[in-house]
Amino acid sequence: MAKPKLKAHVINREWCKGCGICVHFCPKSVLELDEADKVFAARRSDCICCHLCELRCPDLAIEIETEQDG
Amino acid sequence: MAIKDYIRERFFPHIWCPGCGHGTVLNSLLRTVSQLGMSRNEIVMVSGIGCSSRISGYVDFHTLHTLHGRALAFATGVKLSRPELNLIVPMGDGDALAIGGNHFIHAARRNIDLTAIVMNNRIYGMTGGQYSPLSGHGTLATTAPYTNIDYAFDTVELATAAGASFVARSTTYHVQQLAKILKQAILHEGFSVVEVLTQCPTYFGRKNRLGSAADMMEDYKNNTTPIGSKAKKENPDLIERGVFVQKEIPEYCSEYDKIIERAMKGK
Repeated sequence: MAKPKLKAHVINREWCKGCGICVHFCPKSVLELDEADKVFAARRSDCICCHLCELRCPDLAIEIETEQDG
Repeated sequence: MAIKDYIRERFFPHIWCPGCGHGTVLNSLLRTVSQLGMSRNEIVMVSGIGCSSRISGYVDFHTLHTLHGRALAFATGVKLSRPELNLIVPMGDGDALAIGGNHFIHAARRNIDLTAIVMNNRIYGMTGGQYSPLSGHGTLATTAPYTNIDYAFDTVELATAAGASFVARSTTYHVQQLAKILKQAILHEGFSVVEVLTQCPTYFGRKNRLGSAADMMEDYKNNTTPIGSKAKKENPDLIERGVFVQKEIPEYCSEYDKIIERAMKGK
């Protein structure tokens, strides 16, 4: 199976509460919190599309969109 | 369906605190239901009172938000009248095992086909951090400022002893395992209990100086182990994760159907 290719980190800033769980557990340290304590993809090209941020987010605020998703 | 199709988006962002593990349980549950391809109309979620029980407001299933500790009693009623529906009953540790303890053991004993999810954050969060039956010896709470002298229940042992036919445990750190276990629990015919260790950074975490939500999840990673692992033999304090009980025994609704048939004979 081909490696999934990242399309976008879809982040819902309204729902993100800045708990930092995704930032802490991202295996490639892609994510950071901005000055408003909202998550953003600081090192987008390092993302390996493991979806762990998406699976652990308590606020359903982050989604990894890949090319395969269409 | 995508997971967003299973929620009531108008109520988001939800009421839970930043870093609350309950949101992760909701997240896992939605993915499970989506993977199983279930329709919103075939699921009934019944909850009681507490932070955890607010979950029923956020899902677009049939939902009942009932009395403190009584979710299983209401769910039993729904299941008996509409056995074709899938009942999911999320409860907090206090809701399930303090005020609802009796309903819990008897639902387990009857083996009625419900999926009980015990969201164990070891505290009463909504009312301000009082200790619960799962806080455990030596912990701090607003009502135990000099440490708690009560010992905790072991949810898994309690459910097993009461006769539940599916008993499992996971944590909000182990999301992939959690989703797998929830799937098995929903598909299991009989009373399923899934205990999920879920962090309360606001009360339990702050009172017991456990750090941030992520730190508490690190603790789940470091202090738990798969059932029967070598690590458990070396360190008995580790909490085991996985499926503890999975057995096929007669389910309550089908047994009840037989009684109806017997009673109606010749009529």
